[in-house]
Amino acid sequence: MITALTSLTILGVILGLILGVAARVFKVEGNALAAQLQDILPGSQCGQCGFPGCAGAAQALAEGHAPVTLCPPGGRAVAEALAAKLGADVNLAGMKETVPMMAEVKEEICIGCTRCFKVCPTDAIMGAAQQIHVVFREACTACGKCEEVCPTESIKLQPIPATLQSWRWNKPAAQLA
Amino acid sequence: MKLFKLRGGIHPAGRKELSAERAIRILPLPKRLFVPLQQHIGAPATPVVQVGDHVLKGQLIAASQGVVSAPVHAPTSGVIVALGEYPAPHPSGLTIPTITLDSDGCDRWIETVILNDPFELSSEEVSTRVGAAGIVGLGGATFPAAVKLSLSRKTGVHTLIMNGGECEPYLTCDDRIMRERAEQIVEGIQLIAYAVGARQVLIGIEDNKPEAIAAMRAAASGSAVQVVEIPSMYPMGSEKQLIQVLTGKEIPATGRPADIGILVHNVGTAFAVSEAIRYGKPLVSRLVTVSGGAIKEPCNLEVLIGTPAEELIEFAGGYAQAPARLVLGGPMMGQQITNPAVPVVKGTSGVLALTADEIGQAEASPCIRCSTCVRACPVGLLPLEMAAHIRVADLSGAVKLGLKDCISCGSCSYVCPAHIPLVHYFNYAKGDLAAQERGKLKQEATKKLADERIARMQRIGREREEAALRRKAAREAKEKAALAKTTLAPNEKAAPATEEVV
Repeated sequence: MITALTSLTILGVILGLILGVAARVFKVEGNALAAQLQDILPGSQCGQCGFPGCAGAAQALAEGHAPVTLCPPGGRAVAEALAAKLGADVNLAGMKETVPMMAEVKEEICIGCTRCFKVCPTDAIMGAAQQIHVVFREACTACGKCEEVCPTESIKLQPIPATLQSWRWNKPAAQLA
Repeated sequence: MKLFKLRGGIHPAGRKELSAERAIRILPLPKRLFVPLQQHIGAPATPVVQVGDHVLKGQLIAASQGVVSAPVHAPTSGVIVALGEYPAPHPSGLTIPTITLDSDGCDRWIETVILNDPFELSSEEVSTRVGAAGIVGLGGATFPAAVKLSLSRKTGVHTLIMNGGECEPYLTCDDRIMRERAEQIVEGIQLIAYAVGARQVLIGIEDNKPEAIAAMRAAASGSAVQVVEIPSMYPMGSEKQLIQVLTGKEIPATGRPADIGILVHNVGTAFAVSEAIRYGKPLVSRLVTVSGGAIKEPCNLEVLIGTPAEELIEFAGGYAQAPARLVLGGPMMGQQITNPAVPVVKGTSGVLALTADEIGQAEASPCIRCSTCVRACPVGLLPLEMAAHIRVADLSGAVKLGLKDCISCGSCSYVCPAHIPLVHYFNYAKGDLAAQERGKLKQEATKKLADERIARMQRIGREREEAALRRKAAREAKEKAALAKTTLAPNEKAAPATEEVV
């Protein structure tokens, strides 16, 4: 009994040491660039880019498999930040100017099922069972996850209505130059 | 007094003769007033009245919220008929939250306390009362005056500069108020100087207003207030340019006048301060110039806040010809409007109906790189280069060239022989940059929310596992106890079992 225990213990310690040393010596650096890119991405893990969450997207970007314009919720600001980080020269003028959207609950048909706020990655929906749910405009990233799970199509992405604070002048029509 | 040189600037046709000799008249009481909750820079005011309430003139109807905000008072006595959306005096034509007030025709004031010696108040009390009276910068910037006063007191301001420039063409309301109400303006100026502890007080007035200069000199004689005649030029009435011409100092880029110990206020604001402190009257009316080639009888009117612009035009005899454009404020920096029913607000200095000739709009042609705009720019920027960068969506390139220092005065557009809408490009770019900035802030906030949610989900998962383990342990202990019960004598079983559970 004692012999078995000691031999197994010694074996364990030695193998553990080898593993530990190997982990240090043969350490594969996690892609630092990917981590930095992930910091730029919204982090709501919405999956609209087609990658498994923001980490996946950052990995793909770092390896050059994805365009910097991949993130719909991030819009042009994120695309520009990514391009600057990667030193990529992208034509952002060509990027489709998306209208900023947010989820909105149609109160007449909301049944208070609580499904939408359970999937919301930014806790932008408030509600309780059998109660009408509401969306906080400031917290909504328009990822669309709630839209997918809503059984009554009560929650839908809508363009954010323009206010005096968000209104801005249009670009002047291009002149000959 | 020695004046300093200013770079750039333009000399547009003043067209002030249309209304300069018209004495201030009071617009007859309108039937219905539309008082927006946001007439200032900062957070909108919160209504404190209900539909159906009867209010008196000068009664608080919306309180300021937050640090940078201003309250709103009833412009006349009457009944609140709606709290809702109404078209804003803004080029977008969007609506804003507005209180609608039906006047009862009595125009009865709330009880006001008249102070015989307003200088008995402490300087803090003066700025508190200025804030409570809802006074904002009446030159057009509409920054809450009290915020500026208390900030200036804290940072230590040595010079107060009063802006009587009124360099925008057509506008004559500051000219008229200086001619007709000089004493009260000087008192307001002294109150402002007292509130911030300024040692030197200068009033800059353009030399195209000799009567106003004479009136102000007469009113200021014997006091420390000094009236300075400055050359007529656009944009002399811009804060930065006025400071430069009077003191030779330049405000650092992205800085404020307080950074170099200077505070600038408009002469109309000084009048409002005197009204508020000596007579206890909050800001419920202002002077407005109604002018332009399409107006039959241009005039200067004292107008209640919330009066629809069309009533002013009607009072001025209506249109002499169909206007090509309606503008609130001056023709250079004012807001173009499409709906004449929008209300006059605290920042509205003029209602202009301009003819097609006056606008002088022409098709843009290619830039010939004549650099006239560079010579006209009062800030010393390169408008042609900035516009070229913005046209190809290179906003950061434009920022590097100093886009953020642009004061949007429009001098470049005015002089451009190719009629390139330069200032339009800059306004577009500034709006776009601001939107990007907001987007970035929102993204940071939502990212934090997302991270917090992930952490919470992990914690909940962990707690659930732990709870499951505890239940399992409890169940096992129970089974063990039951087992022990069958094997052990009844009087020896209890104690160990319970210990194990714990």
